[in-house]
Parts: sequence; C-alpha cells; structure tokens
Amino acid sequence: MKASIGESENHAVTDAIAVERTLAGDRDAYRVLVDRYSLYLYRLAFRMTGNSHEAEEVVQEAFLRAYQKLKQFAGNSNFGTWVYRITANYAIDRIRQRNLEETRQALPARLSNDGVEVDPVAWVQDPAASPERLAGSAELAAKIKQALDTLTPAERTAIVMRHWDGCAIEEIAAVLKSNSNATKNTVFRAVAKLRKALEPFAEFRNTARAMGTES
Amino acid sequence: MSHMTEEELIGYRDGETKERQRFASHLNGCQVCRREMERIEAVFAALDGIPVPDPGEDFARRVWQEISPRLPEKHAPWWHALLEPRRLAAVGAMAAIIVLAFLLGRFTKKNGPEEIADAGKVRERVLVVAVGDHLGRSEMVLMEFANTAPEKGQKLVNISAQQKRAEDLLEENRLYRQTAKREGDALMASTLDELEPILLDIANSPDEITPAQFEGIQKRIAAKGILLKVRVVHQDLRRRPGNTALPPAQSDVADSARNRT
Repeated sequence: MKASIGESENHAVTDAIAVERTLAGDRDAYRVLVDRYSLYLYRLAFRMTGNSHEAEEVVQEAFLRAYQKLKQFAGNSNFGTWVYRITANYAIDRIRQRNLEETRQALPARLSNDGVEVDPVAWVQDPAASPERLAGSAELAAKIKQALDTLTPAERTAIVMRHWDGCAIEEIAAVLKSNSNATKNTVFRAVAKLRKALEPFAEFRNTARAMGTES
Repeated sequence: MSHMTEEELIGYRDGETKERQRFASHLNGCQVCRREMERIEAVFAALDGIPVPDPGEDFARRVWQEISPRLPEKHAPWWHALLEPRRLAAVGAMAAIIVLAFLLGRFTKKNGPEEIADAGKVRERVLVVAVGDHLGRSEMVLMEFANTAPEKGQKLVNISAQQKRAEDLLEENRLYRQTAKREGDALMASTLDELEPILLDIANSPDEITPAQFEGIQKRIAAKGILLKVRVVHQDLRRRPGNTALPPAQSDVADSARNRT
C-alpha cells in the first residue's frame, strides 16, 4: 500500500493501544480507530461501489466486522491495513450481490435479438453517443463511471486497490482469494476493458494526445 | 524485438516485469509502443479525474453513532488485565522504584543528604509518569468536546461516555494538583487547577444535554485555553529526562497517587 494513514509508526503504536483497551472492555477506545480510519475507508468503498450512500454503509459494516474479529487481529499487522482488507472484502461481496440482483432484473433487456448476451463494454460504447459529441469533462467522468461499472467485482477491486491505493499484487490477491499470476491478469483485464470502453471518446483521446505523441 | 503487447506494457508500467531493462530500451526506440503506453496512461489519468464526494466533516462521528449501539460489550478475562502490556510496564516501573528505594535505604547513610535527594527524584519520577497519563486522557475528553458539533435540528447530545471519564479524572486531578503544589511545580499545579472546574462541569452534566449546553461547555474550554495548556504541560512532561517508561494504566495511576498522599 502507498504511504497511507495506517502506516505511520506513531499511528501503529496508538492503534495497538486502542485495540488493547477495546479488548479489555473499553468500548470508547474503539472510537479512536473509527475517527482515524473512517474517511480512508470511505474513499476505498466509494471507488469500489460508485455510490456514496452504499460506501457509508460499507464503512459501518466493516467497522462492525472488525470489532467482532478484533481478537483475531491481536496486533499481528497494522490495524489500518487489516480494516482496509475487511472493507475491500465486504465491498466486493456487496457488489457481487448487487450485480446478481441487477442481472436477474435486467436480464431480458441485456440480450440481443438472437438471445445472445451483449458484451457489457458495448453498453458504454453507445452508438447514439458519438465520440465527438462527448466534449465536456463531466460527460467523460460519467462515461468512466459507466466503464468502471462494466468491470467484474474482482476487476474493479483490483484496479481500485492497485491504482488508487498502490496495493501490492499479493495484497490484492489476498482480498480476491487468488494467486499472484491470476491477480496480475485481473488487473490487466480491467485496464484493457477500461481502455476499450473509453478510447472511442474524443476527450479521452485528447488526454492521450496531451500526454505525448498521440496525433 | 517485435512490439510490446498490451499486457507487457501494463506490467512494465506497474513495475511487475522481470525484463524491465529490455522493455525500457525498446520503448526508447519504438514510437508505436510509446503511443500505446500513452494510451494506457490516459486510462489511469481518466480514473484520477473521478472525484470522491466529500462525506462531510462529521462523517466519522456519524459512523460511530450508527455502530456504537450495535457493538457488544467485550469482557476481558481476569488474566488479560494482569498481562496488559501497559499494566506490566507500570507494575515493572513500580517494582523498579521499590527495589531502588530498598537499595537506597540499605546502602546509603540514614538521613544523609544524598538519600533525601534520591528519594525526591523518585517521587518526581512517579509524578511525571502518572500525571502524563492523566493529562493525556484529559486531553482526549476535551478534544472530543472541541471537535464535535451538534447536528442541525439535533435536540439532545449524548455525552455519557465523556461524563463517565470526566468523573474518573476528577478525583485523580485533585490528588495530582495537591501533590504538584506540595512539590512546588507551579505550572502543573495551576494547569490542573484550571482543568478541575471543566472536568467538574462535564462530570456533573446529565447524560444528554442540549446543543446550547454543549456549546456552553465548548466555550468554557475555549475561553480558558485549557486544551492548549494541558498539551503544553503534557509535552513538557514528556521531555523531562528519564521519562521513558509507558504511562501506567488508570488504576495504577490512582494507586500511586493515593500512596503519595
């Protein structure tokens, strides 16, 4: 993980004391940890779920689960890293559940005329929205959000943990309950899908152009 | 070398390749691959453009309000309290002081000036460790008041947790204030003197108070600048030579204070 809020030595010491006091029956000591990590976990949860209300619920549930499992933690690693993993695990379960429900509800609409499932990336590449029409950055942001929504829960988790939080492949693999090679492939698939979904849009191409030699 | 695949480019960007040197020199000389890399970079740049909405300054407080009623009480086994590292440190420190006091009595002249000076140092050491812990916990209570704002439309603010802690701190505060005066530590004595009415105020408040009452306590904390004074004295204690042990747990603090009075 990048140098995050949970990494400083000072925090690690005070976190360990707060955990110890909580385990000794001082419930208020747990509040120190909630105060310290809520926002940090919210960012992760929002990027994974794409919804602020859902992200808030994910953070609450993650802290409840961490409290229940606090004995298992027992100072083996950094509390911030540990609760981050719990949040990612819960968020991925929740996205899977949500996708399952959405698929059940939307199944008839997602089939083409011959009954074959449409590639989700194609939903983003809406023919009605020509690349040149998408000029505003708000529109591009919406398209990126849509593109992220087409990723599988594992791909989305992998790209969020890797890109925004700088997690090592092994850390992502632990959350995905996978191995390093499979996780690298998941990251690769996520980037490739996003690229495929975004490249048709003018503003995205402009970004690429501004970054280098693209013409 | 033929052009790099998309997978190789992403692996290179992420530092997840063993052929870094070879890919780097290829990228230097191959415009096609560089363009591909720029397109991949643009994906990540686009991701960075997605804002995360601000959940509000009181987000952590909201999370706590939601979860705290659902947190079951944790009952530590009796041996856990004995083995708690902070308690062990405190017990160790006290044991060391007792041994030191015994050795001083055993090997120095009775009532000699050196013995009196050493005994004074021991007393000061105990005071530094115990008061440091007391000030740290007082600071937390004051900060919870200073950093909390009642929500709009909120009729009552629950301060039962802070009130209970203020009650515990109040008794200790009186003992430390008397000891500090006796030891001639004027700054500490005056700070503890000013802290006492604030703790009393919180301890004597009902479990739930109105936002106006809450703001009244906040104003009294701010008016006296007590939070800053507590921090300054606390920092000063930390810097005193020989203050290397962890502060003792609450019950040990009270015991050590009682032993001195």
